[in-house]
Amino acid sequence: MSKTTLTRRGVLKSGAIAGAGVALPTIFTASSAAAYMNEPTGSSVTLGFNVPQTGPYADEGADELRAYELAVEHLNGGGDGGMMNTFSSKALKGNGILGKKVEYVTGDTQTKSDAARASARSMIEKDDAVMITGGSSSGVAIAVQGLCQEAGVIFMAGLTHSNDTTGKDKKANGFRHFFNAYMSGAALAPVLEQLYGSDRKAYHLTADYTWGWTQEESIVAATEALGWETVNTVLTPLAATDFSSYIAPVLNSGADVLVLNHYGGNMVNSLTNAVQFGLKEKTVNGKNFEIVVPLYSRLMARGAGENVKGILGSTNWHWSLQDEGSKAFVRSFGEKYGFPPSQAAHTCYVQTLLYADAAERAGTFNPCGIVEALEGFEFDGMGNGPTLYRGEDHQCFKDVLVVRGKENPESEFDLLEVVEVTPAAQVTYPADHPMFDGGELGECNPGS
Amino acid sequence: MLGLNRKDFLLFLVVTFLALFAPILLNPFPVGSAMAQFNAGYPDLMQRFVIFGIFAIGFNILFGLTGYLSFGHAAFLGVGSYSVVWMYKLLDYNILPGLFLAIVVSAVFALLIGFISLRRSGIYFSILTLAFAQMSFSLAYSVLTPITNGETGLQVYTSDPQILMSGFSPSSPHLFGLVMNDSSYLKFGGWEFTFNNGYYLCAVVLMVAFYLSIRIFRSPFGLMLRAVKSNQTRLNYTGLNPRPYTLAAFVISGMYAGLAGGLMAAMDPLAGAERMQWTASGEVVLMTILGGAGTLIGPILGAGFIKYFENIFSKINDSILHSWFAFLPDGLEDAVVFIIHPFIGKGWHLTLGILFVLVVVFLPGGLVEGGQRIARLFRRKPADKTDNDTSAKTDPAE
Repeated sequence: MSKTTLTRRGVLKSGAIAGAGVALPTIFTASSAAAYMNEPTGSSVTLGFNVPQTGPYADEGADELRAYELAVEHLNGGGDGGMMNTFSSKALKGNGILGKKVEYVTGDTQTKSDAARASARSMIEKDDAVMITGGSSSGVAIAVQGLCQEAGVIFMAGLTHSNDTTGKDKKANGFRHFFNAYMSGAALAPVLEQLYGSDRKAYHLTADYTWGWTQEESIVAATEALGWETVNTVLTPLAATDFSSYIAPVLNSGADVLVLNHYGGNMVNSLTNAVQFGLKEKTVNGKNFEIVVPLYSRLMARGAGENVKGILGSTNWHWSLQDEGSKAFVRSFGEKYGFPPSQAAHTCYVQTLLYADAAERAGTFNPCGIVEALEGFEFDGMGNGPTLYRGEDHQCFKDVLVVRGKENPESEFDLLEVVEVTPAAQVTYPADHPMFDGGELGECNPGS
Repeated sequence: MLGLNRKDFLLFLVVTFLALFAPILLNPFPVGSAMAQFNAGYPDLMQRFVIFGIFAIGFNILFGLTGYLSFGHAAFLGVGSYSVVWMYKLLDYNILPGLFLAIVVSAVFALLIGFISLRRSGIYFSILTLAFAQMSFSLAYSVLTPITNGETGLQVYTSDPQILMSGFSPSSPHLFGLVMNDSSYLKFGGWEFTFNNGYYLCAVVLMVAFYLSIRIFRSPFGLMLRAVKSNQTRLNYTGLNPRPYTLAAFVISGMYAGLAGGLMAAMDPLAGAERMQWTASGEVVLMTILGGAGTLIGPILGAGFIKYFENIFSKINDSILHSWFAFLPDGLEDAVVFIIHPFIGKGWHLTLGILFVLVVVFLPGGLVEGGQRIARLFRRKPADKTDNDTSAKTDPAE
């Protein structure tokens, strides 16, 4: 039971308390004399590794974390140096970054934008991290990239394949080494034409979210340019685990190629369903029925098992590459963990080294200095051949691999074979390409 | 005072004290010490404590008083966030219009969902709310992408209209020029305390929200809600229709959730669809039960507890463990790290789960009951009398 006793005195008192609460922060002066956000003042510098440790991409996240730990070891002069020996820039000396020992903090993104941002903010606010890196999905990468831009630290994206990361959501403080959906389409198209001909009817199943759409758009554009016809595009809910009801209509549609714009668990399930329906053995329009998975990863291939045999797709990097950089990386990763690294591990390792090298060349950890050092930076020896970090959108341009599920794998890691290495020139697009249009890079933000 | 009895006013003062001095209370360890890992006094986490506290207080008005277990409250949280971000996009970064809209929109939403769901009670009600929340989530995640920007989450772009934006307006969320992200620092020996504008705004809102919830608990309306919980059939027989009361409670708690969601976007200008997922709805149920359903302060404690684990324990990794136990001989050090390893980092869910089970089994009244037991230990003398006293202060869940 209550009686409303709203007295003048009571109102004044509570008003004063509330007022004091609001005024309290202004009593203390903001004492940030630092030139930029989280300027490292001691003998060490902290990097933030924000990866999915729980949730659907936990496997990728665990591999990314291994790569980061390896990169830190190499930067601090431990181990055999890995790709630091083959990297074309020789600024890194194995004594940390700018003489400061590299330390790191880790966090769990849970593959949720909210959790990822919370984790990144705690790294920035509590642990004084100067750089955040990681992520295994485009939604998370875009969310954290936006946060880093606002906070004034550098974001080195991990595995993110959506066009938007360096398209309409690009940010001056964010950088992506991984390839994107457009590049997948551009790299796959010539191989598809060569293997399957230019008179094909394609049917798309697409995960119903941003990445799926940009992926579908890119592949449709690339294949229609070859003369293919797109019979139908069907969106599937992200949470779907059984795709049989989506596969059945494919049989009656007259299509002779099925494109699965799925990733992770989705791809494992949809591919398994498609193979169970006997699509691979079918003949339609007098041609063998084919299945294409535009974005491949070894971890996914392992999940799909036998079903990946003969299926085409694209990937950023594969451990069986025989250049010096890849060999050095696979060797030191294998020695430390006992198995070869995934493409997610590769891109994360390279991103860490690229950041360290940029800081070393710029002579500062100031984000604006780093941005200047990375924009237009050309390098080699990191496993992808000569690579350019383009200044207009902070996207790396490099060769893209077209791979196929191996018919006779020799080990549980030897699941994919490289069909073709599509040269960088063929997957390069103008920065104002319509699929990437809309966003603005903005100014680099050094924080305080 | 303030229309509260002495006991409630004391409780209100405690919450006020905790909220105002949290930046100091939550940073008990000096920066750089090994224990600094456990400091929680940085703006993001403190904001989360308070925002989820508000969310749980609102949830408790429905669950704690009427006993209706809603599994769809996250939908209102998401709606609140989207409202605020849309106001950023259309008007400018002032948070006030957004927060206002968040409360209004979530109230309308709650009215709609509540009107349908409250036709059933018990498990059917829970399932209905869960269905609505999942529907909202799928809509936000894919179908309504033009409004919600789908998986990527709604963000503010420089190309947005922002019609009230002038050259002088801050380019991040603010309240009439008071920028939410700005902080003041107080260095004191080895300690560093951060006083963040956004946090204090949230703290003031929490105090208001808490005060309102006390008034609701102690009002005739609150008594009606309790009557619904204890025996709805009997209420029907006396000729009273409980549905207007439960619907009002549902809308009020939906507005609390909308406000909390709005504040989340006010602290960090992004709204993602995951905020509406059923896991988020489940989380607030856990918070309320963990803290003590039906008690005034319980939900706030539960919210703080869960967020602390999510943010602090998930960040402990093996190399930190090794540095803690470096004083042990090598073999023993590895063994200790090996034993603790499953409970930290990606294992934070496991730790939280174990604690949750322990609390539910040994303290059915939640953390509040734990506090009461400790309090009773210390003032043992008038034993019988205090028992009655404490039960008047907190009304544990059935």
